[in-house]
Amino acid sequence: MKKENSRRSFFKNISLASISALALNGCDSKALKEFLQRNFRTLSKKEKNDIVKNLEVKYKETYGKEFHVSAEPAMEGVLFGYALDLSRCIGCRKCVYACVGENNQSREPQIHWIQVLEMEKEKGIDLAHSNVHYNPEKVPEKGKSYFPVACQQCRNPQCTTVCPVKATWQEPDGIVVVDYNWCIGCRYCMAACPYGARHFNWGEPDVPEEEINTEMHYLGNRPRVKGVVEKCTFCIQRVRVGKYPSCVEICPVGARKFGNLLDSESEIRYILENKRVFVLKQELNTQPKFYYFFGI
Amino acid sequence: MNFIRFITGSIKIILQGSKAYYAWLIFLLLLILWGAFGYFGQLSEGLIKTHMRDSVSWAFYIGNFTFLVGVAAAAVLLVIPAYIYDWKPIKEIVIFGELLAVCAVIMCILFIVVDIGNPLRFWHMLPLIGTMNFPSSMLSWDFFVLNIYLLINLIVVTYLLYCIFFKKEYNKSLVLPLVLLSIPMAVAIHTVTAFLYNALPARPFWNSALLAPRFLASAFCSGPAILLILFQLLRKTTKFEIKDEAIWKIAELMVYAMFIYLFFTIAELFKEFYSGTEHLLYWKYLLFGIGDNNEIVVYSWLSIIMGCIAFILFLIPKTRKNFVTLNIGAVLIYASVYVEKGIALIIPGFTPDVLGQIYVYTPSMTEIRTAAMIFSIGFLLFTFLVKVAIAIVFEDYNIDVLNQKKNALN
Repeated sequence: MKKENSRRSFFKNISLASISALALNGCDSKALKEFLQRNFRTLSKKEKNDIVKNLEVKYKETYGKEFHVSAEPAMEGVLFGYALDLSRCIGCRKCVYACVGENNQSREPQIHWIQVLEMEKEKGIDLAHSNVHYNPEKVPEKGKSYFPVACQQCRNPQCTTVCPVKATWQEPDGIVVVDYNWCIGCRYCMAACPYGARHFNWGEPDVPEEEINTEMHYLGNRPRVKGVVEKCTFCIQRVRVGKYPSCVEICPVGARKFGNLLDSESEIRYILENKRVFVLKQELNTQPKFYYFFGI
Repeated sequence: MNFIRFITGSIKIILQGSKAYYAWLIFLLLLILWGAFGYFGQLSEGLIKTHMRDSVSWAFYIGNFTFLVGVAAAAVLLVIPAYIYDWKPIKEIVIFGELLAVCAVIMCILFIVVDIGNPLRFWHMLPLIGTMNFPSSMLSWDFFVLNIYLLINLIVVTYLLYCIFFKKEYNKSLVLPLVLLSIPMAVAIHTVTAFLYNALPARPFWNSALLAPRFLASAFCSGPAILLILFQLLRKTTKFEIKDEAIWKIAELMVYAMFIYLFFTIAELFKEFYSGTEHLLYWKYLLFGIGDNNEIVVYSWLSIIMGCIAFILFLIPKTRKNFVTLNIGAVLIYASVYVEKGIALIIPGFTPDVLGQIYVYTPSMTEIRTAAMIFSIGFLLFTFLVKVAIAIVFEDYNIDVLNQKKNALN
C-alpha cells in the first residue's frame, strides 16, 4: 500500500514537473493548480472544501458577486426519483427555461437540459414523428400531446460505463453527475445516452452576469467551460438541501413530481403504488428513476 | 552512440532529394499550414467551428479515425499471405507494411486529439496519474491496443532498418515474436474500434454483431490498395523486386475481402429492410434520405458505386491482371471505403438522433481543413520514412557510406 502511494506520488511529481515545464508564460499558478486538480471523486473532504472555497473567490473576481459553492454530499437513506404526468403536460416549456436559469445553462450557444417533444395524439408515443422545435401561438394544440425528456437518472447508466476517465458517475443518492474539471470532452457518453440527455459546450458558454444563479453545487450548476459535457442533476444544489428541483416548482399544471424512493410516505412512492407508470426505452435495460404516467 | 549515427544518417537522406521530391514536400507543408490555421480557429473558439452538434456529436473526425485504424490494421495483415504464399521479398513487405501502419496509427491518434474538447486534459486518461476507466470503457481499451500496436511496429521496423544500416544480422528470436504479435494486435485494433460503436444499445444502426467483421473485411480492401500501388512504384523506381504474381495475389485476396464485405452488408440490409422495424430509419436516411433531408445520400451511393466497379474490375481476371484497370480499381476501392467509413458509418448512427430529431450534418470547412492537415502530416511522415527505408534497403546506404565520406573529407 505504502509502495503504491510512493509510486503514485512519484508519477504525480513527474507529471507535475513536466506539465509545469510545458506551461507557458501566460499561465499563472492558480490556473496551473486548477489544471493539475485531480478527479473530484478521489479527493478528501478537506481538499473538496478547499477547491470549493477557491471557486467562490474565483467567481467573485469574474462576476463581482458573492457566490456560494457547495460540495454537499448525498444524504443517507435517500434515492431520488421523478415522475411526470403526461396527461397534464401542456407543452408550455416553462420547465425548460426555469432549468436554464437555475442551472446557469449557456444562452448562446443555447443549451437546454429539458427537451419537450410535441407528438401527434393519434400516433401515441412515437419519437420518430415527434418535433422538438414546435412553435404555435398557444399550447396545447388540438390533436397534440407533449413529452418532456431530460436525464432519466438510470440505475444502470450507459454514459458512466463508457467514460474513459471516470469523469461522470452515479452518486449514492442516484444522481448521475459530471466533474467539469475532469471531463476531457470526448463525447462518448453522448453517443451512449439513449435519451439525448447530455449536452456539450461546443463554444464558450455565455450566462449573462445579472442572470447568474449564485447558489451553486460543484457537481451541478457552477459555470462550465467550453469543451465539457453537462446534464440534468435533478438540481443537485437544491435537492440536497431539501428543496424541489426548479422544474417541479415552476410547472403550472403540477405535472412534475419528485421525492425519495426509499421513503414509503413520499409522493413519488404514492404514484408508483397507485398509478401505472412506465419508463422510456424500457427495452434497453437502463432502469431509469424517471417515471412517466397518465394521472387523469 | 550508434543509434545517434543511424538517426543523423536518416536525417541526411530526408534532406536530400530531387526537385520533384522538394516540390512534394512544399506542397504538403503548404497543406499543413492551410489546415493548421483552420484548426487554430477551432482551438480558440471551440468545436462550435465544426458542424457537429448535440444531435450528431461525433462525425467526420471520428469517421477518419475509424478509416485509418483499418488502414493500419490491414497493412500488417498482409504479412500473412506474404508468408503463406512465400513471396520473395517478405522482409521488405514487413518493413513497408509496418511503416504504413506506424503513420496510420499516428494519424488516428491525431484525429482523436482534434476531436476532444479539452486535448490538454489528455493525461486524465493515463493509468496511475489519471483515472483511466479500464476495463469498463472501450475507449480505454482502444488507447491500450493502439499504443501497443504503434510501439511494436515502431520497434520492429526501426530495429530492422538499424541492422541493415550497420550491416548486422538481425536477431530473429527478437523480431519474429514481435511480428507474430503484431498480427493479432492488428485484428485487435480494428475489432476494439468496432466494439466502441457496436455495444451502444442507444444507437441501433451500430448495434449489430456484424459491425466488427464488416470493419475487418473493409479494412482488407482499403489497406492493401495503398500497398498495391506503393509496391508498383517501388518496383519501378528502386531495386525492389516483387513478382507480378504476388501483386495479382494481393488483388485476388482483396476480391475475397470485397465479396465478404458485400455479403455481410447484404445480410445486414436484408435483415433491416425485411423486418422493417423502427431501426430501419437510419438505413433509410443513409440510402434515400428522410423527407427533404437527403444530403448524405449522394455520398453513400458514390461509395456503393465505386465499390461495385472496383469489385467487378478485381473479379474479372483480365482486368485484374491489367495494371491500368487494376490501379483504377485500387483507387476506387480506397475511395469507396474512405467515404463509407468517413461519412456513411458515423452520421446515420446519429441521424435521426435518440429522440427522433433530424439534424443534417455535413463537414464544415474547419473540419475539412483540420483533416487535410492531419492527412498531410501523415503523408509527410510516410514520405520521410519510406525514403529512409528505400535508401537503406535498396540503395545500400549504410554506415560504410557515411564513414567513406568522412575519410574523404579528412
